[in-house]
Amino acid sequence: MEMKNERTILQINDLDISFKTNAGIIHAIRGVNIDLQKGETVAIVGESGSGKSVTMKAAVGLLDANATVNSGQILYRYVDDYGHEQVYDLLQMSKKQLRSTINGSRIAMVFQDPMTSLDPTMTIGKQIMEGILLHKKASKQEAWDRALELLELVGITDAEKRMKNYPHQLSGGMRQRVVIAIALASDPDILICDEPTTALDVTIQARILELIKDVQKRMKLSVIYITHDLGVVAKVADYVNVMYAGKIIEVGNVNEIFYEPKHPYTWGLLAAMPDLETDDDRLVSIPGSPPNLLHEPKGDAFAARNAYALAIDEKADPPLFKVSETHYAATWLLHPDAPKVEMPQELKARIARAQKEAEKNL
Amino acid sequence: MSEPLLHVKNLSQHFKVSRSYTVKAVNGVSFDIYPGETYGLVGESGSGKTTIGRSIIRLYNPTSGNVIFQGKDITGKLDRSVEEMLRRDMQMIFQDPMSSLNPRKKVADIIGEGLDIHKRHASITDRDAAIGEMLEKVGLSKSHAERYPHQFSGGQRQRVGIARALIMNPKLIIADECISALDVSIQAQVVNLMKDIQDETGCAYLFIAHDLSMVKYISDRIGVLHLGYMVETGTADEIFSNPIHPYTKSLLSAVPLPNPEVEKRRHPVAYDRKAEGVDYAKGSEHLIGGTHSVLATDEELARWTA
Ligand SMILES: Nc1ncnc2c1ncn2[C@@H]1O[C@H](COP(=O)(O)OP(=O)(O)O)[C@@H](O)[C@H]1O
Ligand SMILES: Nc1ncnc2c1ncn2[C@@H]1O[C@H](COP(=O)(O)OP(=O)(O)O)[C@@H](O)[C@H]1O
Ligand SMILES: [Mg+2]
Ligand SMILES: [Mg+2]
Repeated sequence: MEMKNERTILQINDLDISFKTNAGIIHAIRGVNIDLQKGETVAIVGESGSGKSVTMKAAVGLLDANATVNSGQILYRYVDDYGHEQVYDLLQMSKKQLRSTINGSRIAMVFQDPMTSLDPTMTIGKQIMEGILLHKKASKQEAWDRALELLELVGITDAEKRMKNYPHQLSGGMRQRVVIAIALASDPDILICDEPTTALDVTIQARILELIKDVQKRMKLSVIYITHDLGVVAKVADYVNVMYAGKIIEVGNVNEIFYEPKHPYTWGLLAAMPDLETDDDRLVSIPGSPPNLLHEPKGDAFAARNAYALAIDEKADPPLFKVSETHYAATWLLHPDAPKVEMPQELKARIARAQKEAEKNL
Repeated sequence: MSEPLLHVKNLSQHFKVSRSYTVKAVNGVSFDIYPGETYGLVGESGSGKTTIGRSIIRLYNPTSGNVIFQGKDITGKLDRSVEEMLRRDMQMIFQDPMSSLNPRKKVADIIGEGLDIHKRHASITDRDAAIGEMLEKVGLSKSHAERYPHQFSGGQRQRVGIARALIMNPKLIIADECISALDVSIQAQVVNLMKDIQDETGCAYLFIAHDLSMVKYISDRIGVLHLGYMVETGTADEIFSNPIHPYTKSLLSAVPLPNPEVEKRRHPVAYDRKAEGVDYAKGSEHLIGGTHSVLATDEELARWTA
């Protein structure tokens, strides 16, 4: 199995997943490609239902029972206990294999609701120690010390006392810190964060984001960050994947996505969220809502909502067109024969403001 | 300035949870909302935003203080005409459109409920025409009238909630986190709709939210709540370009902006009330200028503006 380059740690190739439901087959993931390089943060951003969670659940064997993986690979590279480099296709491993060798120990996941990952009947100290003892040869005392260290690392004060608390005795923000501590307990290579701060207040979100960035630096973690909040993406990401209706429709480094977006959907997402200077009478909104994937979209799934749609969008799904070495977008507007189209005026003005602001801060 | 539409004066709302424990959810909060304006209420969860909204619309009976709406005190026992005025002229839109819409009722009956209670229409045809018109105004279609809430998407359900509030032609709409559960693109649609309706009908909004950039965009004036106290209030510009209270500052610094080059270098400002020794109960409202005021002691104000 080949990976694109030696720094790639996770590589999703042409992932295609559908769900069987009473209403019919939902084709939720329609050919997704995502690369994660060692030590970097890749964000997946998109509206709810676009397929962000399903994509990453596939990597850790947490797909629901009615899911079928139609095709694709999720390649993961790691160094085994004997110092040999191994590449595995996670989709070829059984749930049991994943649980014993990958899940938690090498790839850890943090979800939106911390209570789904916490056991309400167990003290948080025990829960962190469990992760350490399961994946590492350590004495109980060593595990206790390490758990305490992790609680301090995630910014919990009075850690010694907190070790003996139960989850319900903590606030939402503290619970999410504990979940992060548990995720870090086994010293994973990859941390997948699925909307970990969506339910939290902005002040607590800000601290958790700083925390994740801080641990990432110290532990050389590679992070996949799922969110629908572009502000959060701007803060954490090195690379951004914009997802729509089960596909990645634009990918690039964080500056390319924010300052030179090419896909009309990305334009819409960026423009819909006012910045602090926006005083336009109306927000630019994306009309309508995402397609129902019970019915396979014909042509470009975004066409019906796209003010810049071309005739060809109705017939053929656009491939990813190359913009730069790192930047690709799936829109026919990038075809050499396409008419020349500019992003909405409001967005252009806003990006100019943002770049001026960025220069001021240099 | 004209007379305020809503005048909230020293409002306190305490909940007695047990014999020995009372939650002081709202403490001596005062603010005004003028006809046709949007007043934004922000603050972390548990700061008392929902409680204020619910006290104003009389889902709770205030512990103390007054709420004056269109010149009438609506605290205490209400006579029938005031009660009726309140039910007609003040409406609420809720955060979760699903749980606030009766799942067994058709959309037409949900939207028409207020009309039915107030016997606003001479005939069924008039009523149905009004409902159809309202559906179109909020960007749905007449044919949606016969459907049930579960047959709609989240954004569409929120439009139904807005239609239900609007059909009474209210003067004040309390919107409690009404866009928080929606995707950004849909949020923009709903906010545009709310602004259009305001331009057309001149209604005022109490816009409760925790997304500060959206609050700044939609609000004329803003109130910042913390622990049930109004710590700072002023025009959107006053609050955002010259925040005085350290809580406001920490809140503003925590909002991640869609500007990676800036955001990667920016760090949130922490605020630890206890460490700074701030006791809200000791502070009083200090006018900074214009409509901008801050809750502080003289000494705190001197320190924060130094
Ligand atoms: N178990 C399931 N059965 C049927 N459909 C599902 C299931 N899980 C997810 N889906 C569908 O797959 C699509 C993608 O979901 P998800 O990945 O959760 O979206 P998000 O981008 O919000 O994380 C959605 O349309 C969702 O309804
Ligand atoms: N009915 C009630 N009984 C007891 N406590 C309540 C009640 N309603 C709200 N509270 C408490 O009052 C405080 C303010 O709550 P709320 O107004 O819902 O805040 P916000 O809307 O800003 O999140 C919280 O501490 C909450 O737990
Ligand atoms: Mg999800
Ligand atoms: Mg609330």
